[in-house]
Amino acid sequence: MTGWQGLQSGLAASGYVAADDLAMALHLALMLGRPLLLEGAAGVGKTEIARKLAALKDTRLIRLQCYEGLDASHAIYEWNYQRQLLALRAGEGTEERVFSEAYLLERPLLAAIRQTIAPVLLIDEIDRADEEFEAYLLEILSEYQITIPELGTISAVTRPMVILTSNGTRDLSDALRRRCIYSYVDYPDRATEMAIVRAHRPGIEAVLLGQIVGFVQALRKEDLEKVPGVAEALDFAAALAGLGVNDLTADPVALQAALVTLLKTQGDRAAVPVAVAQRIAGKAA
Amino acid sequence: MITRFPLRAAGPAERVAGFLAHLRLNGMALGVQDCGLALAALSHVRVDLREARLALKAVCCSSADEFGRFDELFAAYWTNRGRERAGKSAGSERQRSSQVAEQDGMAGSGRAERPDTDGAGEAEQDGVGRLVGSRVRNLMRVDLREVVGTADMAEAEAVAARLARAIRDRRSRRRKAAKRGEQLDLRRVVRGSLATGGEPMRLYHRARPERPTRLVCLLDVSGSMAVYARVFLAFLKGLMTADSQTDAYLFHTRLVRITEALRDKDSLRAVNRMSLLAQGFGGGTRIGGNLSAFNAQYAKRLVSGRSVVLILSDGFDTDPPDVIGAELARLKKRGCRIVWLNPLKGWQGYQPVAGAMAAALPHLDLFAAANTLESLAALEPELGRL
Repeated sequence: MTGWQGLQSGLAASGYVAADDLAMALHLALMLGRPLLLEGAAGVGKTEIARKLAALKDTRLIRLQCYEGLDASHAIYEWNYQRQLLALRAGEGTEERVFSEAYLLERPLLAAIRQTIAPVLLIDEIDRADEEFEAYLLEILSEYQITIPELGTISAVTRPMVILTSNGTRDLSDALRRRCIYSYVDYPDRATEMAIVRAHRPGIEAVLLGQIVGFVQALRKEDLEKVPGVAEALDFAAALAGLGVNDLTADPVALQAALVTLLKTQGDRAAVPVAVAQRIAGKAA
Repeated sequence: MITRFPLRAAGPAERVAGFLAHLRLNGMALGVQDCGLALAALSHVRVDLREARLALKAVCCSSADEFGRFDELFAAYWTNRGRERAGKSAGSERQRSSQVAEQDGMAGSGRAERPDTDGAGEAEQDGVGRLVGSRVRNLMRVDLREVVGTADMAEAEAVAARLARAIRDRRSRRRKAAKRGEQLDLRRVVRGSLATGGEPMRLYHRARPERPTRLVCLLDVSGSMAVYARVFLAFLKGLMTADSQTDAYLFHTRLVRITEALRDKDSLRAVNRMSLLAQGFGGGTRIGGNLSAFNAQYAKRLVSGRSVVLILSDGFDTDPPDVIGAELARLKKRGCRIVWLNPLKGWQGYQPVAGAMAAALPHLDLFAAANTLESLAALEPELGRL
C-alpha cells in the first residue's frame, strides 16, 4: 500500500471519506512540503479534512479564519500593550525588557511556526481576506519566517502542514495558486456520500440511508440558490433519525420539517413544496 | 499502451516536460519549476497510470476549471485511448484544437482579423482571454470608427473619468498609521512613550485609508439604444482609463466582455477590436438573459461588496420581466450597489412602466437619467454618496 492510500485509509478510519484526487493531493502536499489549496462549494468537507489530518498526525490544529480587514496584528502577532504600559509605569521597563517574548501575543501564523511538533495550519476562507494579506501570506508560506522589528527574525522551528481553503468569493492571485498543490473538492458521488453518512451516523438503516443520499443528490440537481452540501446531508440524516422516520415517502410532514436542515433560503423553501419533495423522495426510494 | 513518443524523447524527464508543454499549449500557466515539481511528485507515487494522473493533477492544476479539464488532457497525451476518443468525438476535438491553433495564430500575424493582445500573458492565458478570442471568429464586422475622435467623445470620456473617481474613493476597513484618525495606534504610543519614561506624551492614531471600489459596467447596444451607444462607448472608455480595476461588457442578445478591447491604449485599435466584438450591434435586447449570463459567468469573480455595477440601458427587454427582477436580486446578494442609467429618464413625462424597468426598480440603488452629458456630469455627487 503506497503512501497516499495509507493516508486515505487513515482518514477513513477517523471518519473522513476522501476522494482519490483529494487524498493524492494531500499526500503530495505533505511529501513535497507545499501548502494545499482546496477549492469547492461550501459544506463539502474542506475544513474538516484539516481537523482530521491533525487528529491523524496527532498534532495541533491551528486555525486562522480569514475575513475582510484581517491584518498582521490579528494574524501574526501583537504586543501586549496593557502589560507594556504597566511595566513602564512600574519603572521596571527598559526598551529591551518591554519588547521581549513575555510581552508578545502570538497569533495563529506566528504560533504555527514556533511549535516543536509540526502542526496543521488551516487558513480558512482565504478568499475573504483582501489581496494585501494574500501577498503577505505568500511571503510567509515561502520563507517560513516572520520578522518582528523589535525582536528580529523568527524562523520556523518546524514546517507546519498548511491547508488553505477557498469558496471562490473572489479570484485568488496566480502567485498563490502556483505555490500550492491544488485540489477541487466536489460534491461526492452517491457511493462516497453513503459512506460518509454511514461513518457519521452508524445507526441508520441501509434502506433509509440510500433514500437520504438519493434525496440529497437529487435535490442538488434542482435549481436552488444554495445547494446543500455534505454537512447539510448529515444534519438531514440526524434530523430524520430524531423525528423517528424510517421511510422518506411514508411521512410527508416529517420530511418537510426535516428539510429545514437542507434548504437555507426562503426562495429555496418555496421552490421545494410538499409535492416536489415527495416526487424527489419517490424517485430516490 | 504508451506508444506515441518520438524516438528522441529519452527519459521520463523529457516526457514529463513534453506533457507540461502540452498543458501549456492548452492554456494552463505552468512555469519551468513546475516541471521539477511534477517529477518530484511522481517520485512519491507508484509507477502506474492512475496514480501518475492523480499526482500530476494535484501538482499541475491551479483552478477549478483546469481541474475539470485535466483528465481529458492527460488521456489525450499519455494514452492511445485518449487519442482515439478525441478522434471520435469530433465536437470537443475541434474545440480544443481550434483553441490551440488560435493561440499560435496570435503569436504570428493576424492583426486585422482578431483583437490584438499586447503580449499580456495573463490576459491571454486565463479563460476569459481565450473566450474573447474564440468568439471573434464568427463576429460580424460593424464599423464603429466614427465613435471616437470628436470633441463630444472627448468630453464624454472626461465626464466618465470624473465619475469613476467619485465612485472609486472608498475607505478600507484595515487601519493604517495616520496623523489623525478615530483609533489610537497603541503600538506606536507605547514605543513613543519609552522616550519619556513611560509617559505616553504623544498620541499616534490609526485611520482607515482609501480603498478603491471596483466598477463593473454593462452597456446595452440594442437597436433602441443605438443613438446613445456611441457616446456611451466613449463614456466607458473614460471609466476604464480612470481606473485599472474597471470591467466593461456589451450586451444585446448576447453578453460580450470588452474590458481588454477598451483598455487598449491605441484608440484606433481599440475601436477596431470593439467593432469585432459588437456582433449584433443594433439588434434586439435580452437584458434578463444577459444579466443571468453575467451572474453565472463573471459576477462570482468580479462582483463583491466593494463593487458598483453600472447598467446603461433603456430597459426595453424581450425577456419576461420577472427574469430581470430575479437576476438583479441575485446580483444584489453579492453585496454590490447597482446603478441604472437610463437615457429615457431624461425625457419629459417618462415613467418607468416598461415591464423590465418596473421589475428592476426595487433592486436599484440609484436610477438616473443619462441622455445628455450634463445629466451624466450631475451624477457625480450622487454616486459619491452610494
